[in-house]
Amino acid sequence: MKQVIVLNVNGDPYTVAVNPWQTLNEVLREDINLTGVKVGCGSGDCGACTVLVDGRAVSSCLSLAIEMEGKTIMTVEGMAPSGETLHPIQEAFIEKGAIQCGFCTSGMEISALHLLNHNPSPTDTEIREALSGNLCRCTGYTKIVEAVAAAGQKMKESSERKPS
Amino acid sequence: MRLSHFDYYAPATIIDAVDLLQAKGPGARVMAGGTDLLIKMRHAGLKPRAIISLKHIPGLDTIAFDKQRGLIIGAMALLADVADHPDILKHYPTVALAARGTANAQVRNMGTVIGNLCNASPSADNAPTLLAMDAEVHIQGPSGARTLPLEHFFKGPGVTALEPFEIVTAIHAPIPAPHSGTAYISLSARGKLDCTAVGAGIMLTLKGRVCEDLRLFISACGPTPIRARNAENMIRGKELTADVVDKAGAEASWETRPITDVRASADYRSKMVAVLTRRVLRQAHKSALER
Repeated sequence: MKQVIVLNVNGDPYTVAVNPWQTLNEVLREDINLTGVKVGCGSGDCGACTVLVDGRAVSSCLSLAIEMEGKTIMTVEGMAPSGETLHPIQEAFIEKGAIQCGFCTSGMEISALHLLNHNPSPTDTEIREALSGNLCRCTGYTKIVEAVAAAGQKMKESSERKPS
Repeated sequence: MRLSHFDYYAPATIIDAVDLLQAKGPGARVMAGGTDLLIKMRHAGLKPRAIISLKHIPGLDTIAFDKQRGLIIGAMALLADVADHPDILKHYPTVALAARGTANAQVRNMGTVIGNLCNASPSADNAPTLLAMDAEVHIQGPSGARTLPLEHFFKGPGVTALEPFEIVTAIHAPIPAPHSGTAYISLSARGKLDCTAVGAGIMLTLKGRVCEDLRLFISACGPTPIRARNAENMIRGKELTADVVDKAGAEASWETRPITDVRASADYRSKMVAVLTRRVLRQAHKSALER
């Protein structure tokens, strides 16, 4: 019944045996131990399980793992692969106080990454729209929006510093 | 919460998909993006024995436009891609708007326009504007391919005109007439994220200052999207004066049969049908004048 597939997650290939009914979220958390990916509502409303699949932000709780072979998957762990230097989005979330309990953070950061990859200088409205599928139940969204704006600035500055 | 157990099939052709659907019987479900199906399995007790995914069928994700035939949106075309498609934004702006207003970014990156239609929720965001544009559903089944006006597709909440073992392969929207305009407005809680509580979609065609023809559909105010024919009749052949627009709004409100549920009260919905009818009439009129 199980099918052996190779998942490309954060640049590394993982060979896993999956049942058809296992979601990407379950396989990432339970088989590959990437527990930065959360699971909240299980119905695509809260965004805590957001990952990038071929560069698009999707809900891993509504994705079947069996359909993910051959695709490029990125979780929050892939944003800071060395584990030492954080991604500018993560730095900005810390600097702006955009993290409280942290449960929504990984999904927020992945959605922010998806936005900033496509739109390096988003307006506040564009940031709010891009994050509208991610819920934070601790506090509000002001600091998160500020953090994403600051991260966009940081990412632009660092790409300008790099020789082309 | 875990999904119930099922067998998974990813056929390579639509014919194979229909054959599999037939072979696996009533316990089999077709899956496009999966954003409705998996939620029904997780939260509404649906337990399919087999899931037949359309993801591996080449060409089903097509979005094609040409000036003779109009717009084709394939069964696997993602809501996000429909929302951003340059031809759709240019020639079918309300189709793009409705797709953009469906769920959230994550779901739009997984879910499809056709899936939203096949789920047949009375509140489906992509229905009113495609109904107003007189779109046609392309269907493949055991006895071959057929087409059906979208207007005849919705039969009740979650119920469509699909016969057993039939699969929708695409939706076709004709070229909008010259001097026509469209509009779609939906109301919901939490921005545009929650299911639509009331929606109105319209296409109208002007001849000089007179509204020559129009199609007006109200969503989430009955078991299916409802065509407000009496309101249409009050407008057809007339100039869109404030008085005509007001009366049509009131008439549309009479024609719908909203219920009270978690999203809105029947009373609120009835009032908003009149408001949205007036607004889409004015918007579509404006867009027709600009074309």
